Amino acid sequence: MLAEETAGWFLEHAWLIPLIPGIAFAVIILFGKREIGGRRVFPLAGAEIGLASMVAALVLAIGTAYQWIHYVRGVEDPEPVIKSWTWWQSGGVKFGLGEHIDGLAVTMLFLVTLISTLVQIYSLEYVRGDRRYTHFFASLTLFSAGMLTMVLAENMVQLILGWEIMGLCSFLLIGHWWEEEANSRAALKAFLTVRVGDVGLLVGTAIMFGAAGTFTISGLFDWANDPATSHTVLLWASVALFIGCIGKSGQFPLHTWLPDAMAGPTPVSSLLHSSTMVVAGVFLVARLYPVFHTGLMINVVGQHFNLIAVIGGITIIIAAGLAFVQNDIKKVLAYSTVSQLGYMMMGLGVGAWVPAVFHIFTHAFFKCCLFLCAGSVSHTASHHSFDMKKDMGGLARKLPITFGTWILATAALCGLPLMSGFFSKDEIIDFAGHFHYTVFFVIGLIGAMMTTAYMTRATYLTFFGEPRGAAAHFVHGDAHDDHHAVAHDVHDVHDAHGHEPEPAHARPLPFAPTDSPWLITVPLLILGFFSIVSGYLNAAAFKTNFFHRWTEAAIGVEVPEGGAFKWVNALPSIIMIAAGFAISLFVCTQIYGTADSRLKGLTQRRAVLRGGYQFLVNKYYLDYLYEKVIVHAIAHPIAAAAYWVNQNVLDGVVNAVGIGGRKTGDWVYKNVDQRVVDGAVNGSGTVARGTGGVLQPVQSGKVSMYGALLFGAAAVGALVLVLVNS
Amino acid sequence: MLAATDLDVAQNVAFGIIAVIMVVSAINVVRSRNVVHAALSLVALMAGAAAQYLLLAAEFVAVTQVLVYIGAVMILFLFGVMLTRARVGRETDLNNKNWAIGIPVALLMLGAMVYVLLQGFGDDRLQPTSQVSTAELSDSIFKPFLLPFWALSFVLLAAVIGAIVLARKD
Amino acid sequence: MLLNEFLLLGAVLFCIGVYGVIARKNAVMVLMSIEVILNSVNINLLAFSQLHNNLDGNVFALYIIAVAAAEVGVGLAMVLLIYRNRKSISLDELSEMKG
Repeated sequence: MLAEETAGWFLEHAWLIPLIPGIAFAVIILFGKREIGGRRVFPLAGAEIGLASMVAALVLAIGTAYQWIHYVRGVEDPEPVIKSWTWWQSGGVKFGLGEHIDGLAVTMLFLVTLISTLVQIYSLEYVRGDRRYTHFFASLTLFSAGMLTMVLAENMVQLILGWEIMGLCSFLLIGHWWEEEANSRAALKAFLTVRVGDVGLLVGTAIMFGAAGTFTISGLFDWANDPATSHTVLLWASVALFIGCIGKSGQFPLHTWLPDAMAGPTPVSSLLHSSTMVVAGVFLVARLYPVFHTGLMINVVGQHFNLIAVIGGITIIIAAGLAFVQNDIKKVLAYSTVSQLGYMMMGLGVGAWVPAVFHIFTHAFFKCCLFLCAGSVSHTASHHSFDMKKDMGGLARKLPITFGTWILATAALCGLPLMSGFFSKDEIIDFAGHFHYTVFFVIGLIGAMMTTAYMTRATYLTFFGEPRGAAAHFVHGDAHDDHHAVAHDVHDVHDAHGHEPEPAHARPLPFAPTDSPWLITVPLLILGFFSIVSGYLNAAAFKTNFFHRWTEAAIGVEVPEGGAFKWVNALPSIIMIAAGFAISLFVCTQIYGTADSRLKGLTQRRAVLRGGYQFLVNKYYLDYLYEKVIVHAIAHPIAAAAYWVNQNVLDGVVNAVGIGGRKTGDWVYKNVDQRVVDGAVNGSGTVARGTGGVLQPVQSGKVSMYGALLFGAAAVGALVLVLVNS
Repeated sequence: MLAATDLDVAQNVAFGIIAVIMVVSAINVVRSRNVVHAALSLVALMAGAAAQYLLLAAEFVAVTQVLVYIGAVMILFLFGVMLTRARVGRETDLNNKNWAIGIPVALLMLGAMVYVLLQGFGDDRLQPTSQVSTAELSDSIFKPFLLPFWALSFVLLAAVIGAIVLARKD
Repeated sequence: MLLNEFLLLGAVLFCIGVYGVIARKNAVMVLMSIEVILNSVNINLLAFSQLHNNLDGNVFALYIIAVAAAEVGVGLAMVLLIYRNRKSISLDELSEMKG
């Protein structure tokens, strides 16, 4: 149903938002590196086009958000603004493109454009001098276009289109430095793992189309809310679609690709694999919530478990566990992302739709901020290394802005009161308890404690303690400079991040760890600001529920109201946070600190602890299971069978044809050529000779014989004449 | 031979006797083991032929036959026999290796000719004898058939010369 | 008298002569057989001459006699020559023209 024309220009033309980055992508690819008369057409090799397109999209998104807020003010049940164009028709089925603007779409539009713009500004400095600078910005822009297409998709086909574009860009960007084999393998792993989940997405779409007869979101809403719809079909559709979400959003068991995706450049990790792309699965569940809510019977009285909540809960715990044993700072953040995605899924699973979507919103800011901080540290402190234990430490005073924003974002992530995470994540936990999903309530609390613990560890290793490795090269004064210059050059050669040797860097070598240029730090500051402020859009403690009002129409189905906020209910999580922080700080100072401690090397000495440590380090052996067992068991027989077919069947046919040809030739030679043809030829000769031999006695030289012949012939001739004439 | 009611009974009888003699002589010529006997049988044959010529009212030819054929040609034959040392007396192998082929050939020819003759000239009768005068015969030779006469004289000349040349010893 | 009497006689003699030509080994005997043939031809000619009451047959018969004489002369000369060179007039042995 179309809203009235008075909805507003931005709402009507929100479809421009994905279109502009899409066009920019084409322009960057085609013209980014063009030169006219020896000088580049675009001085920044296409990056300025990408940035400009994202800024334009951001402006449009802000306008859309403003008009939406205005639109829903005072309206009880605002209708979504829907526009649709038919793309093509086939057999009576129409495939269209269009927009479906409601609160959820507006949220995501604003979020994606803002984060994309900040990351592109960040990339101007971070990726400077890279070997494929233009392609990086082209892929980044294309990704934004894809995600924006998906977010305002009017029907499932468009949603899948955007989904797949994002998958492609993820592959391109993770493997941006594909010259190193590990990177290209990680890109393939990401793509293929998500692909496994995509099968579910396609099957679910097909089921829904088969049952509902339509692809459009609003049509599916009507179908799901129809009491006459078969519950079994809804259940199967939910399960199938959720499998797609498991793959895309890194839920257990298809989470293994996300940590490996950290092989890509940091801007990619911060944009795709923390704030935007990986929440596509959560977005899908939120978008089609009527299907899931009815199909999986969420919030039905007496239900304690359902598929989404269980998967989300498991994901929270196992990802948090893995974050404790990582030395790479980006991997810690990656597991943290997986864990937080688990929170979002669990929230949707227990019926906490608004808190889960709000958590998408707030999580994007502080997680992106954390990743960009990590990138900043590597850019100017640890010399492109992300290893906390080897190359970081004691950087708190040297990178003040980075450190400050890191702390703000970490606080938000842990859910400290008054930070944005508190108002989103803790609402989820609260709702879980309120709806009597007790198990998930507990899981949420434990997850909160673990989150705080591992973030404390990461913070300690990165910013406190004694400087190590690259962070330590430049701590002392000039006395070490010559030595460091040599070491620095050695370090240069082993650089694993594809930078061309430093011609465009502002600082002469060697340099001490210091804060990054403003192109990097300004986005950090903006994101840090939002990490604090964004929570207040829906702060139940302070009775603001703007976000709730703006988006609740998008739920599409009746969900029960959560309980009213009481500080008492928030107490368990606050206690858990404090406990996690304290324990972790204690353990960190003991293990990583310089003082002698009995805890040092504990996991090496105790066999049980060592076993547990190994189990975590090997990521629960899931990777081994997937790659060596499942994939090998499937691929190896297939490969062996294909090889067998090739050798025996195909080659057999070819060889048989050849051998058959040869044997035929032999047979023809022996029988036809030798016997028949030669026989005929020889035979004619023999016959001629035989005839000659037979006729030879006639020429006997004897007169009497000649005479006999003569008279005999005459007699015969006479006889013939007589007979003829008689 | 249907000659019962004819006044030519005598001629027919004469013909028959002479014909038998001729045929027997001829068979003797070709079957005799003695060359001289064969030559003499040939003489008898020719004599019989001359007698038949008389029955056919061709006296001049009959006389010429006797004079030339028997008188000259047969003498030549006898000389030939003598000069080639034909053994006097019986010879064992006067027939060649393939003499048996001759019988069917001859019989075939005989059959064909007999059939034709009986078909063609079944009831033709010869007229009563009309004398052929020698004068008319010579007129015929020297007027219409002069050219063959001269050719014949050349042939004889050539034959004589050739015989002499061939038979010379040196 | 029937014409056929003479003609049949001629035919019989002719065939006997043919047999003789084929069967005889001695060259002189072959020549004699040829004479037999010639004589049968003469009888034939004269019989027809009498039938048509024409002299041409007589003339022809005379010519044949002349030619036969010439032929025998030359033939016997050749036989003599062969006899001198080969000491044999057996036609079985005279097969130089054998193919």
